[in-house]
Amino acid sequence: MDVLGNYKSAISARSTDGEILKKSQDGGIITTLFAYALEEGIIDGAIVAGPSDEPWKPEPMVATTKAELLAAAGTRYNISPNLYLIKEATRSYGLDRVGIVGVPCQIQAVRKVQLYPIGMRDVDDKIALALGIYCMENLSYQALEAIVEDHCNQKMESVKKMDIGKGKFTVYTERGAVSQMPLKLIHKYVQPGCHVCLDYVANLADISSGSVGSPDGWSTVFVRSMKGNAVWDGAMAAGLFETKPMDQVKPGLDLVKKLATEKITKNQKNVDARKTVGLKADGTPKGLRNPYESP
Amino acid sequence: MPGKSPESRPEVKPAASELQTKPAVKPSDVIVNEKVEVVQKEEKPVAEKISIGELHLSGCTGCLVTLADNYEGLFKLLDDYADLVYALTLVDVRHVPEMDVCLVEGSCCLDDKLSVEELKEARAKSKVLVAYGACAAYGNITRFCRGGQWNQPGHESYVPISEVVDVDLFLPSCPPCPQAIRNVAVMAYLLLKGNDEQKNLATAYLTPLMQLAQRGNEACGCDLMYDVINQGLCMGCGTCAGTCPVRAITMEYGKPNVNRDLCIKCGACYAQCPRSWFNFDVMNNYEGIMDAIKGAMQ
Repeated sequence: MDVLGNYKSAISARSTDGEILKKSQDGGIITTLFAYALEEGIIDGAIVAGPSDEPWKPEPMVATTKAELLAAAGTRYNISPNLYLIKEATRSYGLDRVGIVGVPCQIQAVRKVQLYPIGMRDVDDKIALALGIYCMENLSYQALEAIVEDHCNQKMESVKKMDIGKGKFTVYTERGAVSQMPLKLIHKYVQPGCHVCLDYVANLADISSGSVGSPDGWSTVFVRSMKGNAVWDGAMAAGLFETKPMDQVKPGLDLVKKLATEKITKNQKNVDARKTVGLKADGTPKGLRNPYESP
Repeated sequence: MPGKSPESRPEVKPAASELQTKPAVKPSDVIVNEKVEVVQKEEKPVAEKISIGELHLSGCTGCLVTLADNYEGLFKLLDDYADLVYALTLVDVRHVPEMDVCLVEGSCCLDDKLSVEELKEARAKSKVLVAYGACAAYGNITRFCRGGQWNQPGHESYVPISEVVDVDLFLPSCPPCPQAIRNVAVMAYLLLKGNDEQKNLATAYLTPLMQLAQRGNEACGCDLMYDVINQGLCMGCGTCAGTCPVRAITMEYGKPNVNRDLCIKCGACYAQCPRSWFNFDVMNNYEGIMDAIKGAMQ
């Protein structure tokens, strides 16, 4: 499979909903698609990264209204364990058609739940829409705290928006201050589990979206599966997105491909290095566990 | 057909009885007869099915009920893909028969000689032996038994079945999912009766579950620590907490926290974790495989 995965179309897009664009990270793709799917009855609810008691710490939540979706819009740059709710959404919440958004590893988890349902009874055919977001690497909450409070010298609760782009991690505060740090300094805070990830643009999602490749305020969208295609066509017909062909935007698909190749090559090297990280008594290498080979 | 067979039968019957002395029978007659017989065999609904049995040891029957929880899907499985040749309450057969796939439910009580004997018999008489559910695979809640219970207070030694026999495939969790046993049954059918392409798919699909059987028969929420987080593989997706049948796992700051007093040692969290195994050759084709299974069940 190509580093960008299988896809039916790649488009640069932006939501036409002003209310969503005010809250969204980039083009508002995920929020708009879920709002449309809720409206049309394609999903009964969506598992999203909602607010929690602590600033910028996401808590998985089942959103069943547009207001709840808006409360969850935007990127938080630390992990929201959305799969936590995937069985619960079909039980306590009683959803027959579940939408879920996740980073690539979480969409992989969704597909494993569907193909190998071990403890996930009656979940596989209730996953109606799996939306993926691009992810280079992720942080723990404590790591994000260190970055924002120690490196950028801002309080978590005073931050209005965080953004990664052009080699910088940028923090915008409520009162207008802007703090930046070079992205390469973040590396030591990245979750170890992210260094074995071989997916950048959520290859197994129905639709995946992220800012890379499109101009500011726009998102690059990959429409992948039959399901994803039907939802995208419906949303387009309803006039929910303005779009531009990928070959007419800067920096374009080449940048997405470049970053995907960089991530996968780097992490594949790490996966391979793990095989020979140790030393056996007979002088041959001793390896760590490789999830891509066996459990 | 009624016109042809009476004519040919008198010729063939003596030929068959004289087969040892006269091996060369008129070829044309024989070919016609074989063709008729083959067609009749294929028309029988049981012709190409695999046989599945369920051996019930020290379990709660939840796994057997799970099989039935496929509802109309179970009828489809039994109509087209598998004959259920042995199962408590569902099939009136007293002794372990020959079968293609034997699902073993429950752990094996070493103090109950019949359990040990039946398990060994099932191993000898089946092509594929599956530890069906957490008790058979890992001991599950029977790991906590120390004897003294009514009405067999002397029964206290319960082991996962792989302590007694070789096991080919694990299907963990308490209970396993109806969809998991459905998928495994369809894949076992493709493996034993399908064409080359189907055999390859079934092999790829079943491989991790077979590797799981090789990994060992001890499971616990601790596996998430030992084999995922300690190994630098956890990325906090939340699957383990979502799949745990007893809600023993919560996510704290993006990582699983296992309440070990609640953990029943069913192995679901580790087996469902995308970082226990992730086989791209199968997962990348998820859409096609899910459609194929759906199609097979219609």
